[in-house]
Amino acid sequence: MALLEVRNLSVDFRTAGGQFRAVDSVDFTVDSGEVLGIVGESGSGKSVSMLALMGLLPWTATITADALMFDGVDLSSADAKTRRSIIGHDISMIFQEPMSSLNPCFTIGFQIREALKAHLLLSRRERQMRAIELLQQVGLPEPEKRLRAFPHQLSGGMNQRVMIAMAIACKPKLLIADEPTTALDVTIQAQILELLLQLKEDTGMALVLITHDMGVVAETAQRVSVQYAGQKVEEQSVESLFADPHHPYTEALLAALPERANSKRLPTIPGVVPGQFDRPNGCLFSPRCTQADTRCTEQAPQPCDAALGFARCHYPLSGGEPCR
Amino acid sequence: MSLNTMSSTVLVEAQGLCRDYHVSGGLFSRSSVVQALSDASFTLESGKTLAVVGESGCGKSTLARVVTMIESPTRGVLTLDGHTISAEAEINASEQAALRESVQIVFQDPFGSLNPRQTIGRILEEPVVINRPDMPRAEREAQAREMLNLTGLRPEHYDRYPHMFSGGQRQRIAVARALMLEPKVLVLDEPVSALDLSIQSQILNLLIDLQERLNLAYLFISHDLSVVRHMADDVMVMYLGRVVETGSASEVFECPRHPYTRALLSATPVADPTRKRERIRLEGELPSPLNPPSGCAFNPRCWKRASRCTAERPALTPDTGHRMACFYPLNADGE
Repeated sequence: MALLEVRNLSVDFRTAGGQFRAVDSVDFTVDSGEVLGIVGESGSGKSVSMLALMGLLPWTATITADALMFDGVDLSSADAKTRRSIIGHDISMIFQEPMSSLNPCFTIGFQIREALKAHLLLSRRERQMRAIELLQQVGLPEPEKRLRAFPHQLSGGMNQRVMIAMAIACKPKLLIADEPTTALDVTIQAQILELLLQLKEDTGMALVLITHDMGVVAETAQRVSVQYAGQKVEEQSVESLFADPHHPYTEALLAALPERANSKRLPTIPGVVPGQFDRPNGCLFSPRCTQADTRCTEQAPQPCDAALGFARCHYPLSGGEPCR
Repeated sequence: MSLNTMSSTVLVEAQGLCRDYHVSGGLFSRSSVVQALSDASFTLESGKTLAVVGESGCGKSTLARVVTMIESPTRGVLTLDGHTISAEAEINASEQAALRESVQIVFQDPFGSLNPRQTIGRILEEPVVINRPDMPRAEREAQAREMLNLTGLRPEHYDRYPHMFSGGQRQRIAVARALMLEPKVLVLDEPVSALDLSIQSQILNLLIDLQERLNLAYLFISHDLSVVRHMADDVMVMYLGRVVETGSASEVFECPRHPYTRALLSATPVADPTRKRERIRLEGELPSPLNPPSGCAFNPRCWKRASRCTAERPALTPDTGHRMACFYPLNADGE
């Protein structure tokens, strides 16, 4: 059985302009020891679906799902106490901006020990020992000294290591990393990604990596889910996604990468991601799709079968050619 | 401008450009000097793109500020379009104003660089109002509408406000504003890093089109090596305020000679899951520019370090073309 199974998850926000559907019937599963990459542009709902799982959305959000099963527990129907014992303990999350995710008023040590105090029955001394051990595990030199430091005294890469230390403090079964390296330099990004993969190997935890960087996905993920305007449009193993994308959006996105270009002028995707007030009828990608016809603009497509990467398209691509 | 007049002329020439900042110490600590940019020399010709790559704190934004005359160089000589700027010879205000017209800048964040209270028309016309106060209003407006057309926007956008546009459209507005004074050099400070992938390619194509049409010279600052590889003719790799390697884009990317360039290239994720990774692990982080390491600035993180590297600082190799600042440059096999 999968460690995490999400079926038909939708998130609606109540806004001044009416209900806005940020996540639209998304399904995914994550197995133990697996790296699932979720890619998409801004506004594709990739962060919101994970925040919904963590219960971190504001009260304006309405979450509906057929199933939110984590390790045999249904998170959507579980009571608050059960949820609290799972969130932060068995599932933990790290965010994009390490500087703003840490509290500037408290030392690193205080914040790591706080996570341990909330979830584990450890004495004060044991918590301190575990905090030192965690900083060693994430590769921070001089852990005793660092525990007394405040976030502003460390660099962005070090702060992200501290965030990772906090996230793995209770040996989670699932770690969700939301754009963990976007704010970091490339050499530091490589270090952090390597650390995450190493921790995954050592502890056997599952890793969900949310990113917009196709390069990061290609090098770290095993399975990739592509999201567009709140919907999952495709899911495949990483090799086949890059070799044979089935949804026209994935194909266009990959073609727009400068490193895949074979001419000076890059292929582009015309238009922009639809927002709250210009959501098209039918397929959400139809206004920007090169092969959309009247069926696409009138009728919303349903996901195809696994052989076609669950592509949400009437005419999924196979070997670059649409099957009509 | 007709095609046959487009010969390449040197527009920007920098000789040993330096920029220091004084950091005031607190009550108990001494003030010190940060060398944000040291000894940068390069030339930029019309119709060409020179890319500057490096991590945060390597001095690439300082270079942009010096070239756009937002800051004056502490030492060294900068020649812009035939006029010389240096710390010794102050240029007068009218000359500086004329030079400002020929060098313009596009910033990274199109959400922060456009005034939300001005219409697009006013944003575009402002540089003209300041630099060419005697131009009639109607002519100014016609020029702004034409510029909207040139950058792929619509003339009716003239009366709208920045919040009505998406990120990609705002970056087009920022490019349009920079082109209003018909500059010869455009400094692009991370022009696509704040944009989504599908929008990024639109803006890159726009920049390529404009360069071909107007014979612009680009100083392209970016940390995204795949974008640089696509756009640049020449590349300059910087580390801690100094140029460590420079050459044509193909030379630097195909055969990086400086260990830092090689590490940077190997750390950049490539969107190809079948590619075998041979990653060079760089230990540690960038040293503080307040207290740079002795000798070669890269030596604490370098795997080729020898005693000579900590004792003296390598200079850029004197030959033209592909140059690097390293005592033990790598060959094509990385040895």
